[in-house]
Amino acid sequence: MGLRAPSTVSAGSSFSITTTGSGPATFYLLGPSHVVKQTIQLGQDLPISGSDVGASGSYQAVACDSVGCTSTAFYVLPSSPARLSFLVHPSRVPVSAGNAINATALVYDRFDNTVLAPTPVKFQFSSSGAAPYTRSLATARGIAWLQLGSSSKQGPLQVVASVGETAEPRVIQQVASEACGLRMQAASSSRSVTLQTDPIRDCSGNPVPDGTVVSFTMIDDAGRSTVDTPIKKGVARAQFAVSGRARISVACGVVLGNEISIGGEP
Amino acid sequence: MRRSLPFVIALVTAALVAAGWWQAGGYRLRAERAAGTAEQAVRALMADIQAHNWSDAYASLDHANGLQESDFIREVAGADGSLRTYSVLQSFEVWPLHADANHSTQRVRMNWSSAVGSLDELRDLSVVRDGSVWRVLWAKPDFPNVPLQVLPVNYLRWDVVGHRSDDWGAGSVDSPRVRITSMNAVERPDRVLILGEIENEDTVPAYLNVNATLLKPDGSSLEEQDSFDAISHRLLPKEVSPYRIDFPGLRLSQLKSVRMDVRALLVPASADPVISVENQTIDKDALGRKILKGVLVNQSGQTANIAQVLAAFYDSSGKVIWVVDGYLDQALLPQAPVPFAVSIPDDVAARVQSYHVVVNHYTAPTA
Repeated sequence: MGLRAPSTVSAGSSFSITTTGSGPATFYLLGPSHVVKQTIQLGQDLPISGSDVGASGSYQAVACDSVGCTSTAFYVLPSSPARLSFLVHPSRVPVSAGNAINATALVYDRFDNTVLAPTPVKFQFSSSGAAPYTRSLATARGIAWLQLGSSSKQGPLQVVASVGETAEPRVIQQVASEACGLRMQAASSSRSVTLQTDPIRDCSGNPVPDGTVVSFTMIDDAGRSTVDTPIKKGVARAQFAVSGRARISVACGVVLGNEISIGGEP
Repeated sequence: MRRSLPFVIALVTAALVAAGWWQAGGYRLRAERAAGTAEQAVRALMADIQAHNWSDAYASLDHANGLQESDFIREVAGADGSLRTYSVLQSFEVWPLHADANHSTQRVRMNWSSAVGSLDELRDLSVVRDGSVWRVLWAKPDFPNVPLQVLPVNYLRWDVVGHRSDDWGAGSVDSPRVRITSMNAVERPDRVLILGEIENEDTVPAYLNVNATLLKPDGSSLEEQDSFDAISHRLLPKEVSPYRIDFPGLRLSQLKSVRMDVRALLVPASADPVISVENQTIDKDALGRKILKGVLVNQSGQTANIAQVLAAFYDSSGKVIWVVDGYLDQALLPQAPVPFAVSIPDDVAARVQSYHVVVNHYTAPTA
């Protein structure tokens, strides 16, 4: 009694195991995630369905009759690339940040086995107002990854990883960085002062997103007054009741803006 | 026997009713309503407020200042979905400050049981003699008279849309990036406090919670707490909130270190209303305690029903040495200033060089 199997098989491919001997026997196919048991006739070729060898890895074929058992081992390799897992991190990134974006692609066959053979993965980057560009990398142990910096212009950056006909798109939001050159202007009436910043932009000229909080602080004879107000339509506005001389400052995050004095001070 | 049974039953019933009345405080209430003295007048008024007898309470007042019943009820019972509308007067203490034959000043400390916990209110009441009885002269509330105006409203808000995917890397959006900008462990006589500030450094709003784990010298965990309501949980981009975590019954000597943990979630949020904190000064209250007081002004066109003031105090090196919070029992109507005050321990007040006040608010959903 004997068994002979090909040394390597592609995942999902049907093949045959040759048996020698005669009479009935019980056949076992032991795989990484699957076991098959069936009665066979020795001396005939035993067809193995592709669905029984979907998981890649080491397999053992065993045949037992009334006399004893015999076995053979073979290896199932991943089949051709068919699927991608693609992770792009982070989903939001400040503009002009070096090596801030990490794109990682894992290549699988149609049975979700990691394709370990070096496989070229194409990364395509495109954003509005800039020419798209492509980088191609070969996988190492099933993984292809790269790091890149964000551009100086805010907006969505689409990253598409593709292998053959399979493509996975992801979108990263490139957002404005810290405010730069923060300035405000004041319009005072007899009892109140209305403050409004100039359009708030980062150092690359991108508008800081609406909703970002800007803090106005006024110190006058009545004490300290503060208001945290979100940017709306590119500018932040606030109003204070004022008594006597007052000094007003503005800040956004860690960035300080100009100071204004009201009531005779220069 | 048959004739006396109804009398016995009536007698027992009357006795039980009387006992119930006594037990329920009816005797005390009656005594308090008999305003033979200035203190009794205040006690009677408080008893009526406690029982929500607004008409009786108003009727017992001196009306020389032209106080309207609706104004009195609005001040005492609250309005506009304010915290006071979810409060009841739990207890009160009255003590005299000044008295002569026809006029007295009584100080009353009211303890309100509210939706966010117990709130104290201290008020000096002027009481005047009116013939044989004393009547409280309730100060006319100074409700802001905001002129009719049209405020431009720009409802800036964020929504989270789409669905999450179980596929690895396919449906993920990063949590907001937040950072603890300062942390300080402070010992008080009865507790250890973890104080500091946290900033949303991202461009999207964050719902966050700060957790502190106290570690023993051997590295094991001693106790874990979160910031609960002493924090502004929802932070807009670049917004900073103080936080405070209390560990009652612990001493700093029991700790080796503190492990901080921040959990931030991406949530829908609105940028309105904008509330300014004006005229902030450190002063003393009527009891001589140090307080930070000021005025909140809702600069938006939307009523903020319940407001919470959070204040961080810094020493000369810029370190956060105290964080305190306090709720306002009045709603913040558009453009209407509402005063606030939070207390500061005397030993802390002596070291305070600067402070930062933020306002946390709850706005009831509108139909």
